[in-house]
Amino acid sequence: MATKRRGHLLKKTGLLVALSAGAIFAGFPVLWMASSSFKSNTEIFAYPPKLITEHFSFDAYIAILTDPTKVRFFINSYVVAICVTLLTLLVALLAAYAFSRFEFRFKKPLSMLIVSVQAVPPITLLIPFFGLMVVLGLYNTYLGLILTYMVFTLPYAIIMMTGYFNTLPKELDEAARVDGASSMGALWRILVPISVPGIVSVGIYTFMISWNEFLFALTLTRTPDMRTVPIGIQLLMGQNSYEWNQMMAMSILGCIPVLVLFLFFQRFFIGGMTAGAVKN
Amino acid sequence: MSIKIINADVSRGASTKSLGRRLAPYGFISPTAALLFVLMFIPIAMVVGYSVMDNVIVNKHPQFIGFDSYIKVLTNSVLPTAVMNTAVFTVVSVIAHLVLGLLFAMMLNTKLLSNVTTGLFRVIYILPWLFTVAIIAILWKLLLNPNGVINYALISLGLTDKGIEWLSSPATALIAVTFINIWAGYPFYMVSLLAGLQGIPKDLYEAAKVDGASGFQQFWSITLPQLKPIIISMSMLDVIWTSQQFALIWMTTGGGPINVTEMLSTFTYKLAFSNYQFSQASASAVMILVLSTILAFFYARYQKARD
Repeated sequence: MATKRRGHLLKKTGLLVALSAGAIFAGFPVLWMASSSFKSNTEIFAYPPKLITEHFSFDAYIAILTDPTKVRFFINSYVVAICVTLLTLLVALLAAYAFSRFEFRFKKPLSMLIVSVQAVPPITLLIPFFGLMVVLGLYNTYLGLILTYMVFTLPYAIIMMTGYFNTLPKELDEAARVDGASSMGALWRILVPISVPGIVSVGIYTFMISWNEFLFALTLTRTPDMRTVPIGIQLLMGQNSYEWNQMMAMSILGCIPVLVLFLFFQRFFIGGMTAGAVKN
Repeated sequence: MSIKIINADVSRGASTKSLGRRLAPYGFISPTAALLFVLMFIPIAMVVGYSVMDNVIVNKHPQFIGFDSYIKVLTNSVLPTAVMNTAVFTVVSVIAHLVLGLLFAMMLNTKLLSNVTTGLFRVIYILPWLFTVAIIAILWKLLLNPNGVINYALISLGLTDKGIEWLSSPATALIAVTFINIWAGYPFYMVSLLAGLQGIPKDLYEAAKVDGASGFQQFWSITLPQLKPIIISMSMLDVIWTSQQFALIWMTTGGGPINVTEMLSTFTYKLAFSNYQFSQASASAVMILVLSTILAFFYARYQKARD
């Protein structure tokens, strides 16, 4: 019995050591990012490096938050990501309702098409989008970016919401329609309120995609007042002298929305982000 | 992607349907159809068109030139390097993602530690997932700087005598970007595999223990087979995503030094937006589309076989 308990303790210690080693691999870079954002730029490469600076300061954050150009990056990212999320949800709910509750011509080919467009690589669309946005007068505008991101978020959102609606009994909205509600009324008053968990998952996924997007934001915008956070970070990098502390502060500020979504909606967050691979 | 759009059987007969009811679904799907038509089909038609014209975008009246751009791309001396780098980067990343993801998921799935402890570790392990690629790139540029903290650690441990230029030396740049991509990508596997592990029936392990199976035997004959569907579909998705990675490469090395980290994506981007060879870039983009269609076809066929 005693040897068994000792074996158990040994296993537990070994596991803790392994877990801690993994945690350093995963967490140290992030810790270093946070630590560097509180340093002065001269201290960044101080020898020997210090995790906790003696001259702890919020200067880098203040420098970012008082610079209108940099604040603008954040405003742009929020405007684009929030608009993409709301519009994607609106359009996807309508399409998912049609797929889940109606019979119509071209339903099969259309649903196959929505599945397959997800495989189109972004780089393939980049060049024609550049040409198209210039022609449509949407180059360097919010609308251009919003419509572009919807092409990437919409297929997934429609597939997820159709799957969600299919799990809900048809009798619910059929009953509402028998009672005289229109199709639209049945969707908004009956289906949408009970689909909140699915909507939250899809919404988080959509927000993340637009918040993180880099390639199209780089190509379809030109002026600093239209740049989003990922491009803003790259612009900081392109400056003559590297302001490492400010870049780290901007990175911390840039990951706050995602962190908040993760902490408050952990289950929906993980559900939304992994649904492609894991089947229920 | 695995979820099929299932036909709804509408219970009422077709004859009793009102005209409005019959037209309604077309109204509901029209925004989607319009958006996909204008921003998916037209662009794909455009890129195919661009690829057989000369000097599009730059030239106002481009001429049809057939497959010249394709030949120029295929004979471009950088292309074999880009293909090779993309292959190495993708294969190493996907394998390492899977191994790390599985290892961490199994460590977190333990019954030996309290839920609070594993919960805490789980949040730490998920961290890399919460950062956008731009942030990951800049962070690792700081960490891997010749005067940075990683080189300091290596020097202190006596593994090197002076700071290594990880991202700007041709000998190490590809290793460095691959490592960064591994760090950034394993949590997706970990989270999915953890969900998978928790779904394996406990009595399978109980039965194996009664039969005297060792830990490794249990892993090999229960855990792996049970996780196989998740592993295969995630790896396929990961191959598609990783082979298209652009932002990480662009922000850390830009494809350099001397093309050692050039990928198909950066190669194509540079053709268009550095060299203004839009026709050649389009030809390259069309070939990438064909490649990923083939990958997606296998993914779809596998998913179908699972149903």
